[in-house]
Amino acid sequence: MELYQSTIHELQDKIKEGKTTATAITKSVLQRIDAVEEKVHSYIRVMKDEALSAAAEADKEIKKGNIKPLSGISIALKDIVCTKGIATTCGSHILHNFVPPYDASVVEKLRAAGAIFVGKTNMDEFAMGSSTETSYFGPTRNPWDLERIPGGSSGGSAAAVAADECVASIGSDTGGSIRQPAALCGIVGMKPTYGRVSRFGLIAFASSLDQIGPFTKDVEDCAIMMNVLAGYDRRESTSVNIDVPDYRQFAGRDIKGWKIGIPKEYFVEGIDPEVKAAIEASIKTMEKCGAQSVEISLPHTQYCLAVYYIIAPAEASSNLARYDGVKYGFRAPASELLDMYKKTRMQGFGAEVKRRIMIGTYALSAGYYDAYYKKASQVRALIKKDFEEAFKKCDVILTPTTPTPAFKIGEKTDNPLQMYLSDIFTISTNLAGIPGISLPCGFTKSGLPVGVQFLAGHFQEGKLIQVASAYERKAQIEKRRPKL
Amino acid sequence: MKLTAQEVEYVAHLARLEITPQEKEKFTAQLNDILLYIDKLNELDTKGVEPMSHAIGVTNAFRADKVAASIGTEKTLANAPDGRGEFFRVPKVIE
Repeated sequence: MELYQSTIHELQDKIKEGKTTATAITKSVLQRIDAVEEKVHSYIRVMKDEALSAAAEADKEIKKGNIKPLSGISIALKDIVCTKGIATTCGSHILHNFVPPYDASVVEKLRAAGAIFVGKTNMDEFAMGSSTETSYFGPTRNPWDLERIPGGSSGGSAAAVAADECVASIGSDTGGSIRQPAALCGIVGMKPTYGRVSRFGLIAFASSLDQIGPFTKDVEDCAIMMNVLAGYDRRESTSVNIDVPDYRQFAGRDIKGWKIGIPKEYFVEGIDPEVKAAIEASIKTMEKCGAQSVEISLPHTQYCLAVYYIIAPAEASSNLARYDGVKYGFRAPASELLDMYKKTRMQGFGAEVKRRIMIGTYALSAGYYDAYYKKASQVRALIKKDFEEAFKKCDVILTPTTPTPAFKIGEKTDNPLQMYLSDIFTISTNLAGIPGISLPCGFTKSGLPVGVQFLAGHFQEGKLIQVASAYERKAQIEKRRPKL
Repeated sequence: MKLTAQEVEYVAHLARLEITPQEKEKFTAQLNDILLYIDKLNELDTKGVEPMSHAIGVTNAFRADKVAASIGTEKTLANAPDGRGEFFRVPKVIE
């Protein structure tokens, strides 16, 4: 097996035993990027020189015996987290030349843990999309089938892990943007509880929903990443100051006697039959693990998408007001100020971003606030209550991550509502602020990955690691690699 | 139709977006589709339900009002499309 194919824990063992170096790992990953990036297009920017010099530094530390949790590990960052001195574009023309003067908290934490950053990954513009097709820098392709989308919005981060162009990566999830691409690319992706990981330095899309999380090749790596990412940050007022457990200790524990909630509302029409079969097999696997499946109800499920498409655009329309061509990024020439704002935003934003700014502006405009934003916020409270009731009856909830496997590039670009429906099983998690994980549960006949999602109560990421790790061991999903 | 083309134009103005006649036509159709879908929410009686604005019960997070290091003018202006001295430069605002 090549170094670039390895997991974090495998590489860490090799580093500790002196069998490899940070430089060797970094070179292996960079060579892999050279070999497949043209086909996949996971990255907006590959940080070759920075990575090699960071690896050389890391090797000096390793030689001194100073080995950290991510020493020498190649990590890719979604181009929505600010990196000091390295352009951060958010997949948009309007930020194509923006160079942040500071690092996001997660970047600081990863660097302090020894991570080597190999690049900034492609994404839907401002994280608005489910396919990575709205990026100003062109689409990313699914490593399992280059004619298909990798999911989104963190499609570049997911594809990079699936194509072995990095060992693990960082994404952000506002309505499924980590879990949906993780499922469609056949890897592990976690959206932590709202407030568990600092959003300082994360370019804002919908502030009450956004959360940063990891993409990894297995569940143990997910726990290792969460150990680094989680925790309070005084610079982020919604980050929550409660203890962070050692997530790694949850991996490998059994789940005998656990109750696995199966929400009946998630098994209605519209699910691809092969996805449905894979999820039904997952439920059987849970029973083989000694857990018991119980039917539960999340009665407001059918309203989640409508709530989301008020709340997320409303918050986005406000957050994106800052892109006015004055302080940073692109500016269109104009002789009057108002004209400059309008032309800058017209030329700087793509169609999907404009569409969402328009919905949000309309929903918040005079006379419509009660009918839309207030109404959506009330239904959001009902959705959160559904989960509180459900978790009285079960330890975790099991659902499909997506209704279908990866769809074709261009298939849904002309129909925004159809595109939005691909997030139908992931959105409720963000509305309720609870954590969720997606991991591989099989393949379709044509070889596309399928993902199963587990959800738990607030700050119960440990439970998710425990159940996902038990599933991963028992299910023994065939370890395939995309042919590239 | 919930939203006319004129209203779409007005919303674009509020959002400080210039839109082309083609975009206006396309957005009018697409936004109407989306708003029609969102109407689903009116099936629910939400009288007396407290609107939820945050997932976790966060209250104001205060810290001591102490002066700390900031990034400074030079770095702040480094990304400006048009900066001069200590200022961002924009087209003339005052008549």
